[in-house]
Amino acid sequence: MEQQYEHYYVPEQSRLPIFASLSLFLTVTSLGSWLNNIKADESGGTSASVFVLSLFFFMAVLYVWFSQVVDENRRGMNSAQLKRSYVWGMGWFIFSEVMFFAAFFGALWYIRNVALVELSEGPTSEILWNGFKSEWPLMITPDQAANGAAAVVKGPAENMSNPGISNWLGWLPFWNTSLLLTSSVTVHFAHTALKNDKKSGLFGFNSMLGLTVVLGIIFLFVQYAEYAHAYHVGLTLDSGAYGTTFFLLTGFHGLHVTLGTFMLLVQWLRSVLKGHFTHHDCFGFEAASWYWHFVDVVWVGLFIFVYLMG
Amino acid sequence: MAHGPAKGFTRWLFTTNHKDIGSMYLWFSFTMFFLGGIFALVIRAELFEPGLQIVKPEFFNQMTTMHGLIMVFGAVMPAFVGLANWMIPMMIGAPDMALPRMNNWSFWILPFAFALLTSTFFMAGGAPNFGWTFYAPLSTTYAPDTVTFFIFGVHIIGISSIMGAINIIATILNMRAPGMTLMKMPLFVWTWLITAYLLIAVMPVLAGVVTMMLMDIHFGTSFFDAAGGGDPVLFQHIFWFFGHPEVYIMILPAFGIVSAIIPTFARKPLFGYSSMVYATASIAFLSFIVWAHHMFTVGMPLVAEAAFMYATMLIAIPTGVKVFNWVTTMWKGSMTFETPMLFSIAFVILFTIGGFSGLMLAIAPADFQYHDTYFVVAHFHYVLVPGAIFSITAAVYYWLPKWCGNMYDEALGKTHFWLAFAGLNITFFPMHFSGLAGMPRRIPDYNPLWADWNMISSVGAFLFGAAQLLFLVIVIKTIMGGRKATARVWEGSHGLEWTVPSPAPYHTFTTPPEIK
Repeated sequence: MEQQYEHYYVPEQSRLPIFASLSLFLTVTSLGSWLNNIKADESGGTSASVFVLSLFFFMAVLYVWFSQVVDENRRGMNSAQLKRSYVWGMGWFIFSEVMFFAAFFGALWYIRNVALVELSEGPTSEILWNGFKSEWPLMITPDQAANGAAAVVKGPAENMSNPGISNWLGWLPFWNTSLLLTSSVTVHFAHTALKNDKKSGLFGFNSMLGLTVVLGIIFLFVQYAEYAHAYHVGLTLDSGAYGTTFFLLTGFHGLHVTLGTFMLLVQWLRSVLKGHFTHHDCFGFEAASWYWHFVDVVWVGLFIFVYLMG
Repeated sequence: MAHGPAKGFTRWLFTTNHKDIGSMYLWFSFTMFFLGGIFALVIRAELFEPGLQIVKPEFFNQMTTMHGLIMVFGAVMPAFVGLANWMIPMMIGAPDMALPRMNNWSFWILPFAFALLTSTFFMAGGAPNFGWTFYAPLSTTYAPDTVTFFIFGVHIIGISSIMGAINIIATILNMRAPGMTLMKMPLFVWTWLITAYLLIAVMPVLAGVVTMMLMDIHFGTSFFDAAGGGDPVLFQHIFWFFGHPEVYIMILPAFGIVSAIIPTFARKPLFGYSSMVYATASIAFLSFIVWAHHMFTVGMPLVAEAAFMYATMLIAIPTGVKVFNWVTTMWKGSMTFETPMLFSIAFVILFTIGGFSGLMLAIAPADFQYHDTYFVVAHFHYVLVPGAIFSITAAVYYWLPKWCGNMYDEALGKTHFWLAFAGLNITFFPMHFSGLAGMPRRIPDYNPLWADWNMISSVGAFLFGAAQLLFLVIVIKTIMGGRKATARVWEGSHGLEWTVPSPAPYHTFTTPPEIK
C-alpha cells in the first residue's frame, strides 16, 4: 500500500537569520550604551543614532522574512504539514507571551499582598520604615512615611483606579475596555465573513478587519491620553510601587496592542491591496487575530487587577 | 533534495540544515565549556590555599558569576539543543526541523549574545560580579554599569531559547513519521518535548525579571526597592520561578540520553518506558511549585517553608522511578562497558549522590545550616557535572560515529572517562565536607580550617580540566579519521537514526520511513 506524501519545503539556504542576529545584536548593544550614557549624564550621542539605524535594519530583515514566507505560501510551496508547523509556532509563541505577563502580574500580586504588608507590619518595620501603613493604591511610600520630605522615592499625587461605577463614563479605562472588547468581536466577525467568502460589503472581511484596526488605534490614543494625564497629575514611573506596576503592566500591554494592531493592519493591506486570503488559506490573518484575542484577554486581566481592584 | 552541503564558509552562516545547525550548537557549546572551565580554574587556583594570591576579590566575583552564566546558558543548554537538532529529526523520521530558518536564527543569536556578555570584561567597571543568580540589589543598586549589557544579553539568549524550544515542539508534534505515535518515541524525544515546554514557560519569566531590573536601574521604578514599596525578595521569587525549572531544563534531556545508551549496552529494552514518560512529566510539573526551597533562609511564613519542603521532597519519587528503571534495565543484561556506557553508569551513580544531597538541602531546618555553603556548591555540581556534562559527553561518544562516520579510539575514550571521573570526585566530593564545616560559597579567601579540602578540590579541578583537553583531542581525531562505523554502529542499538548510513547523509528521511 503506497502512500503519497506531500513534500515538506525546507529552504536550501537563507541569509535572513544571520542578518536578523546581527541587527538584533546591534540594536540591543547600542540601546545598552545609550541607556548607560544617559545614566552617566552624557548625551546619547552616536549610540542613539546607531540604535535607531539598527532597529530599522532589524525591522527591514523581518519585513523581508515575512514577505518571503507569504510569497512561498502564495506559490503553493507550503504543504498542509508545513502550515501546521506555523500554527504550532504561533500558538506556543502566544503561550510564551502569556508567561511574560504572568511575571508582571505575579509581581503586582506579591507587592500588594506580601511586600507591603511585611513593610508595614513585619518585625523590622518600626526600625526601618516607621509609620508606614500598607495601602493600595500606594500613595505614601515607605520612604515618605519614614523620612517625610527628605524621601527620595515619593508616592503619586493621584492614582488611576476605579472612581466608582457612577463615574465610569468619564473614566478612560472603561472606554478602553469597551474599545478592546468590541474589537475582539469585530475581528471575530471578520473571521466569520472570510469563512463565508464575504470579503467586501459592510459586514465583509475587509471592513470588519479595518474597523478592528481603527479600534486598536483609538485604544492606543486613549491609552496615550491616560498617560499624559497621569504625568500631568503626578503619577510617574518613579512614584513608588504603584507607578511601577501601573506603568509596566499597562505599558507592556500597550506595546503588545501596538504590535497586534500592526499585525492586523498588515493583514488588512494584504487583503485590500493584494487580494490575499481565502476561506481555507488565511493563516496570516488567523495568527494575527489570535494575537489580538490574547492582548484582549490580558487587558481584561489588567482592568480587573490594576484598575477595578486598584 | 539530493543536494549536499553548500561550499565555503557561508554554508555555516546561511544553512537551514538541522545537522549543520546541530554541529554549530555543539562546537559553540564546547568552546563555551572551555571558557567557563578556564574561569572555574581561576577560582580553584585562587582557592588552592587560604589568602589572596592570584586575583583581586572583585575579579574573583566576576569569575564566579561568569563561570555560572557561561556554563548554564553557553555550555549546557546549547549542547542539549545541538543534540536535539542532530537527533530528533532522525529519531522521529522527519526531513528536518519544522522551521529551518528560525532554527538557524536561534543558533546565530548565541555567538553574538556571548560576545556581548564576555566583552564586559574589557569595559569600565568590569564584568557582572553579582553571582549567576544576580540577586537584587547586588545586581541593581550596587551593580557595575555593564549590568545593562548583561540584561540585554539575557534578553537575546532568551529569544534564542524560546525560538529553539518552539521549533523543537513543532518538530516533535508535527513532523513524526506516520506510525510514530507519541508512546513509540525514543525517550530522548520525550524528555526534549517536556524540556521545550519548560523553556517556553520560564524563559519569558527570566526576560520579565531582567526587564524589571532594567527599569529599576534606568527608569526609577521600585520593583526591588523597599523604599518605594517593592521588595528584593520579589526578585528571588521571580528568579527562582524561572530558576528551578531551569535546572530541570539542564537535566531532563540528560535522562533521555542515558535512557538511550543504557539499553544499547545492556542489550535489553528500557525497563518501564511509560513510567519514564510519566516520571519526566511529573518532574516537570513539580518544578513549578518548588522554587522557594532556594530561599528557605530568606524569611518566609512557616506554612510556606513546609509546603515548599514537602513539594521538593516529592521530586525524589519520580526521580527514584527513573534510577530504578535504569538499574533494572541493566539487571541481567549482557553488559559491555564502552565509553558512552561508562559515562552513563557514572551518571546514574553520581547523579544519585547529587540527588541525595538535594534531599538533605530540601529539609528546611537542616538547610538553615547548609545554605550558601560549599555543601550547596557540591550538591549542584554533583547534579550538573555528572548529570548534564557526563550525559552530553556520553551522547557525543554514542552518536559521534553516526555524525562523522568514524569510530573514536576506545582506549583514549576510556582514559578520558577515568580521568574525568576521578577529577570530578576529587574536585567536588571534598566540597561536601568544607561546606558542612561552614565554608561559605563565593569567597576568594577563607579560614585555614578548610585549607586541606580546598587544596584537594583544586588539584581535582585541574585534573578534570586536563581530561577535557583529551576529550577535544579525541573528538578532532575521530572526525579526521579512524575505523569506519557501520550504520548500526553499536550491536545493541535500536531506533531510526541507526537505519541510515554512517555518516548520516546531509538530508535524511525526505520521505518518511515506515514505522513498525
